[in-house]
Amino acid sequence: MAIEIEQPTVELSKVAVSETHGEDSPYFAGWKAHDEDPYDESSNSSGVIQMGLAENQVSFDMLEEYLEQNSEASSWAEGAPGFRENALFQDYHGLKSFRQAMASFMEKIRGGRAKFDPDRIVLTAGATAANELLTFILADPGDALLVPTPYYPGFDRDLRWRTGVKIVPIHCDSSNNFQVTLEAMEAAYMHAVAMNIKVRGVLITNPSNPLGATIQRSVLEEILDFAKRKNIHVVSDEIYSGSTFSSSEFVSIAEILEARGYKDSERVHIVYSLSKDLGLPGFRVGTIYSYNDKVVTTARRMSSFSLISSQTQHVLASMLSDKKFTEKYIKTNRERLRKRYEMIIQGLKTAGIECLKGNAGLFCWMNLSPLLETPTREGELALWNSILHEVKINISPGSSCHCSEPGWFRVCFANMSETTLDVALKRIHSFMDQRKTDAIQSPPQQ
Amino acid sequence: MTQPQTRDEQPTNPTRQKSTGMRLIVPLQGIVQGRGGLILGTLIPCALFYFFQLYTKRNRGNSSNTPSNPPSPSSSSPNLAELPRTSSRLSLFSRVGSSGPVSVSGRASLIARENDSPYYIGLEKVSKDPYDKERNPDGIIQLGLSENRLCFDLIEKWMVENVREAMVGRDGEHLSINGIAAYQPFDGLMELKVAVAGFMSQVMRKVVSLDPSQIVLTAGATPAIEILCFCLADHGNAFLIPTPYYPGFDRDVRLRTGVELIPVHCRSADNFLLSVTALEQAYNQARKRGVKVRGILISNPSNPVGNILPRETLHNILVFAQEKNIHIICDEIFAGSVYRGEEFVSMPEILMEEFDKNRVHIIYGLSKDLCLPGFRVGVIYSYNKNVLALAKRLTRFSSISAPSQRLLISMLSDTKFIEEFIKTNKQRIQKLHHSFVDGLKQLGIQCIESSAGFYCWANMSELISSYGEKGELDLWDKLLNIAKVNVTPGSACHCIEPGWFRCCFTTLALEDIPVVMKRIRKVAETCKSLS
Repeated sequence: MAIEIEQPTVELSKVAVSETHGEDSPYFAGWKAHDEDPYDESSNSSGVIQMGLAENQVSFDMLEEYLEQNSEASSWAEGAPGFRENALFQDYHGLKSFRQAMASFMEKIRGGRAKFDPDRIVLTAGATAANELLTFILADPGDALLVPTPYYPGFDRDLRWRTGVKIVPIHCDSSNNFQVTLEAMEAAYMHAVAMNIKVRGVLITNPSNPLGATIQRSVLEEILDFAKRKNIHVVSDEIYSGSTFSSSEFVSIAEILEARGYKDSERVHIVYSLSKDLGLPGFRVGTIYSYNDKVVTTARRMSSFSLISSQTQHVLASMLSDKKFTEKYIKTNRERLRKRYEMIIQGLKTAGIECLKGNAGLFCWMNLSPLLETPTREGELALWNSILHEVKINISPGSSCHCSEPGWFRVCFANMSETTLDVALKRIHSFMDQRKTDAIQSPPQQ
Repeated sequence: MTQPQTRDEQPTNPTRQKSTGMRLIVPLQGIVQGRGGLILGTLIPCALFYFFQLYTKRNRGNSSNTPSNPPSPSSSSPNLAELPRTSSRLSLFSRVGSSGPVSVSGRASLIARENDSPYYIGLEKVSKDPYDKERNPDGIIQLGLSENRLCFDLIEKWMVENVREAMVGRDGEHLSINGIAAYQPFDGLMELKVAVAGFMSQVMRKVVSLDPSQIVLTAGATPAIEILCFCLADHGNAFLIPTPYYPGFDRDVRLRTGVELIPVHCRSADNFLLSVTALEQAYNQARKRGVKVRGILISNPSNPVGNILPRETLHNILVFAQEKNIHIICDEIFAGSVYRGEEFVSMPEILMEEFDKNRVHIIYGLSKDLCLPGFRVGVIYSYNKNVLALAKRLTRFSSISAPSQRLLISMLSDTKFIEEFIKTNKQRIQKLHHSFVDGLKQLGIQCIESSAGFYCWANMSELISSYGEKGELDLWDKLLNIAKVNVTPGSACHCIEPGWFRCCFTTLALEDIPVVMKRIRKVAETCKSLS
């Protein structure tokens, strides 16, 4: 902070000094620890293994193969006229061909069980921007969105920071596998009303992060009906929809709307992105799909703050419209993720650790509550800390996801090679063995 | 001739609020008077009035967001001036029922309404009926978008020769996307920052060398400005801005941040150059209204006039900012388009003198100087470590696509190409500028003598029927719908003198200019014959 002292320091804004960016939470502290001592198979085999980043690296080879075989997509060797339009193109409607490709890709992921209209797609630079944008559009400062816990830690920042909107949690617990219940939704709503906060919508993630499980059809119906009664919006973040281990287990809110003949659908908005399913977070491709015309128009105009490079749209448009490629990709990606999931679940089981039954995503929801010294947040953080420093793996503590029950942790398994995952599992195994030995040798104090 | 109409010197919202409240009270008073007498008749309406005030205040969240530009009689200013009233009205009525459609936020309602600024209407119309020499010779000619198409052929040629390796790196024999697929730092790859710093330095005549670690990259200059506003000001605060200014600032600065823009009017007598006296006046007026000014937003080279700020003016602005302890945002996005021999002095150059640099922040981008608006590359260059740290975090919402970054790193590092490009670009802009301004001169339309930018600032006040905003918009309408030429009227840029129009010429080829002039002549002659 090298500022000359003679003058009073020129002030920054309240947003500047607020803590809402959340970067001081354990979720991010673990990342720092990893960045300082990252695991590397050959050069740093005792480093920290990153299991706190939900990134999909299992299907890169397929993408590379496609780009290799279809180099015209990424270059403009032929496309002289195409290039001119493309590089000048900064229309917030986005390339029509790209929107059509996205719509068709989203339909494929849902096994054709829902249709998507390319003109309802709004493009944003990543789902992070999409979620923030929707929040700006659906709620005023001081209003709230209801979000089921546990939820993605980034929401605290993405939904609240610049928007001034609050999050009121819908508490879920392990008694019913952390599913959303009507009672929990009503309780959250009443809690907001008691605090004089206006609820503008419910935001769900389906499949759920950090649970790694899809939301059941009946629960989705209940959420929709609840939203109708309260006349509020529903945002369904379906960013992991292509990462379900089996296509049939995922029910998108789009399917339910279609079954209802799109009645009362203006309150529903879907967020999607290519960062997880396609493993391309660096490309910054996100979308808002809204059944509400006003929301589509406003989101489109507001997307000027977060447009996707026209070059990227161009490259991906051809890739995503390639039916053969997308079919093969979606299917193979699912299988590989399922295999990884089975590998980690088995590994953890042998170590004596149970997980929530999952069927999607790039992570599993691990139950370490039996290991807690005290069944509290502090106990959980203490355990997290020892895992970080003794086992040298970075995992995400449930408290950073606002989980009401201490002892749960999110563990990512798709952002590394199988070999590295094996190393991680071995380390966890020895950690658990050591604990058992310690427990036998020094029985718990009274 | 009548006085130049001023748009902005009227009392603002408090009066308007009161009138809304009064409408509630007066009928009530009438009803109550018969029964409970004077006391009840006064108490009840007053109580209701105060509750109403309390309610709207709470729902608006902030009491001091009175914008300085009340909606003028015409449709020129964007709807932001109505922000407080709209959000309270929405909250008042939408809370009540589960009946009626689910509502959107106050901010959204503003944008959802048909945006009635001529700036946007014109752009919309052109997109539906764009001129094309062969395929649509009767279409509307676009002179309302400051986009540079003059050097496209050079970029195209480079792309065709270099792009494949540039975008997706070669890892031995195999194509590797690993480098671009994974999460990258949100504020841009360091290599691109280095390349951009080098490019900016070249564009600013190599007088200063820029430090890549003071750069934050964003998906276009549009979010760059918004991010800076979030960093430097709170909801309800204000920036001073010289008029006329780029119409997009109304959205970029005000829409989601709730920050106000207070115009500092510049006049043709001064060639529309900013005077510190006017700055001082605007600052003091704001203070009297209880509005906190957090900074000054200037564009250098300026848009829409095309001036470059003299060294002395820049110096005085810095002194002023230091005195008031406020920030300066300097948008230098047109720095590469300086075609006249005059010296362009950039902010980094002036700052080599003794100044507290922590208050200075520069905006730049590749959309203008490199003809690549589609790639979305904006730059925040700041001397303030705290601002950089915060801006970096905010780029998570507006990050540049990695493959585009790779491609640009390659292009910007091709120093020979870039040198040629910058030089040729300036020559072509100058040529077109001369030709266009000459053409207008022959129609009796004078332009401000400008030194930069993709446009000229033309004085068509003699062609307007009534000297005022309405007359100006009538002419704009004629030009758009009869001459089929889209230009930007001064009122969309908040110009205090009616009759000025911004005409962008970089979307044209030289041979298009006679066509444009012929069309304008048609309208010009009818206007002259009417007056």
